[in-house]
Amino acid sequence: MNKIWLIIQREYLTRVKKKSFIIMTILGPLLMGGLVAGFVYLSLNQGDSVSEIKVVDETGVLASKLKSTKTIIFKNDTMSVEIARHLFNPNTDYGILYLPKNTLESGKAAVLYTEKQPNLTIVSYLETELQKNIENIKLTEAGIQKSTLDSIKTNISLQQKPVDPSGKDQEFSAGLTAGIGFVSGLLIYLFIFMYGVQVMRGVIEEKTNRIVEVIISSVKPFQLMMGKIIGIAMVGLTQFLLWIILSIAVTSFVTTAMVGKDQKKLIEMQQQQQQQVMQGADTQPAALKAADMDFAGMFEGFNITKILLCFVFYFLGGYLLYSALFAAIGAAVDSETDTQQFMLPITIPLIFAYVVSTIVMSNPESQLGYWFSIIPFTSPVVMMVRMPFDPPMIDIIISMVSLIAGFLFTTWIAARIYRTGILMYGKKVSYKELGKWLFHKQ
Amino acid sequence: MSILSIRNVTKNYATHKALDEVSIEVPEGSVFGLLGPNGAGKTSLIRIINQITGPDSGEIYFMGNKLLPEHVASIGYLPEERGLYKKMEVGEQALYLAQLKGMSRSEAVKRLRYWFEKFEMKSWWKKKIEELSKGMQQKVQFIVTILHEPKLLILDEPFTGFDPINANIIKDELLNLREKGSTIILSTHRMESVEELCTHIALINKSKKVLDGAVKDVRKQFRTNLYEVEYKGTSIGFANALWAGFELIDNKQTDDHHFALVKNLNNASPNDLLKLLINEVEILSFKERIPGMNDIFIESVKNSNG
Repeated sequence: MNKIWLIIQREYLTRVKKKSFIIMTILGPLLMGGLVAGFVYLSLNQGDSVSEIKVVDETGVLASKLKSTKTIIFKNDTMSVEIARHLFNPNTDYGILYLPKNTLESGKAAVLYTEKQPNLTIVSYLETELQKNIENIKLTEAGIQKSTLDSIKTNISLQQKPVDPSGKDQEFSAGLTAGIGFVSGLLIYLFIFMYGVQVMRGVIEEKTNRIVEVIISSVKPFQLMMGKIIGIAMVGLTQFLLWIILSIAVTSFVTTAMVGKDQKKLIEMQQQQQQQVMQGADTQPAALKAADMDFAGMFEGFNITKILLCFVFYFLGGYLLYSALFAAIGAAVDSETDTQQFMLPITIPLIFAYVVSTIVMSNPESQLGYWFSIIPFTSPVVMMVRMPFDPPMIDIIISMVSLIAGFLFTTWIAARIYRTGILMYGKKVSYKELGKWLFHKQ
Repeated sequence: MSILSIRNVTKNYATHKALDEVSIEVPEGSVFGLLGPNGAGKTSLIRIINQITGPDSGEIYFMGNKLLPEHVASIGYLPEERGLYKKMEVGEQALYLAQLKGMSRSEAVKRLRYWFEKFEMKSWWKKKIEELSKGMQQKVQFIVTILHEPKLLILDEPFTGFDPINANIIKDELLNLREKGSTIILSTHRMESVEELCTHIALINKSKKVLDGAVKDVRKQFRTNLYEVEYKGTSIGFANALWAGFELIDNKQTDDHHFALVKNLNNASPNDLLKLLINEVEILSFKERIPGMNDIFIESVKNSNG
């Protein structure tokens, strides 16, 4: 036990002292902070660029009805479309909106000419404007008053609440909390990959350095393998923790600095957005809305401690399960270039877990979600995605037990491949050979 | 008394038999040469002694007891495939490996200081292994192997990578360790180091032991009974002096010197031969031709291959 501790210490310290670790640890939050800062900056300065669009209207009725906004300005043009195109000045004009005579009849008649690939927001705004106005014109023609129509139009936003026998009026965690599940699943997925590969590299390093035989004359191969896996897990946790702390520090520093400079604008923007949210209008991207919600409100309706504990469990469980296999691969090959053929069976279930989790997001109670959150090879990712939807306790327990069993199983397999592989040099190993290693006596 | 006793050890791998009923006794305080052609099973045997792998059948006794995991602290092993962590500092690495062998950190520091001083490598302590030359790395590796003062030291091709000067330093250290009571198992293909150092040998060929014992006994066993005589006089006189118990195999003349090779047929003593010759010719030198380890090695491998 004492010797395993020595190995863990070495694996941990040599990695934490590395320049690349320190750089990554500092750079990660800076990148995060930069991203957030950029995001805040862009959303604050959104209104600055104005796009002027010339409208060549052959229908004669539409152009006057198009409503300009702060950023999109319509200008009527009486020239023909050919001349307008000829006189187009990319410095002042964003584009030419050509509405031929049949625009009212055919939905595909209108054309937007621009110099570059047009901005999606502008295109969708033009589309809704045209659609709305053409509809209005047609309604009027059909003898329906606009005011009548407005009173008929209904907007439904369904409230979602859990059945609570105690009669308390709780709310389900909606979009954002589901997002937390997805993000933690994604983090686990990335963590397994990043640090699993580090385990593999470490084993290959020991093999190519030829130090492995020196070491296993002092400790059991299993101790060496587990020491490495645990040591690297601790490196991962350290980095993760530092990232969270530094990210929060950097982000809050950057945002307060920027908001201080431009606070009025932000408050204005927030109010505007809140109005829109309340109206149920879905014109703002989801992320912007997320930035609006306050932190405490975000966790309303579900158990944050439970999710956090589960995250740590699946984080470690998934890593342990896969890193044992990564260690076995490292032991079976002579150099990193030979790892390809063995990497595939490990990457496939992981990528599968990721793909399934996107489906589970939209349908957390599905059979698919159930089974993939039980199977230990995919459960660390998929169960985390299900977590905010409050899966039954029994599902969580089954999933956790099978993850532990799965981890014990892969470690058993890995240890057998490892102890033979690390002493094998200059030999290309096949799957058949690996099978033999599993069962021969040491 | 044997420090290590290997009894009927057999080891099979998936495709071949590495060791077949091998029994070897390693006497305490000996320098024991473990010899054999490539692929004979030496490394398999060494790995079993180091408990890196286990035997399929047979037993191993270390200092009178069955070999146990805690015995690794009393064994030092320098494998043929050896190396160190390239990116780790010399001192840190030596401390790590010493602690894995069960030494306390403070004790390891103390002993490392002694050895680094002795080998004049104190300035290396903070250097990374990859900054050292191959020979320097080997020195570090050697120190790490012997640092815990093992009762049994197993060295697989210890002299590769050393220049003659450093090889001599290592040789002297090995003899020092032996003085202090260590037993050394030396696996090598360099027969001159066997001749120089070993007191006992065992020869393994095709997973079987074909020869073992004290070097002097093995030599006796391979005695050729040939004598090389350098003399002044006539070759006819020399030939006439020999009687039925001796046979003249060869005679070469350079200037007034003759070199003769005489075979002793009846186990007569060399003195008998001298007495016969002295009357006829003037003896310049006289010596029994003793087979070198090289010859013994080649001959026994040939014999056992049938």
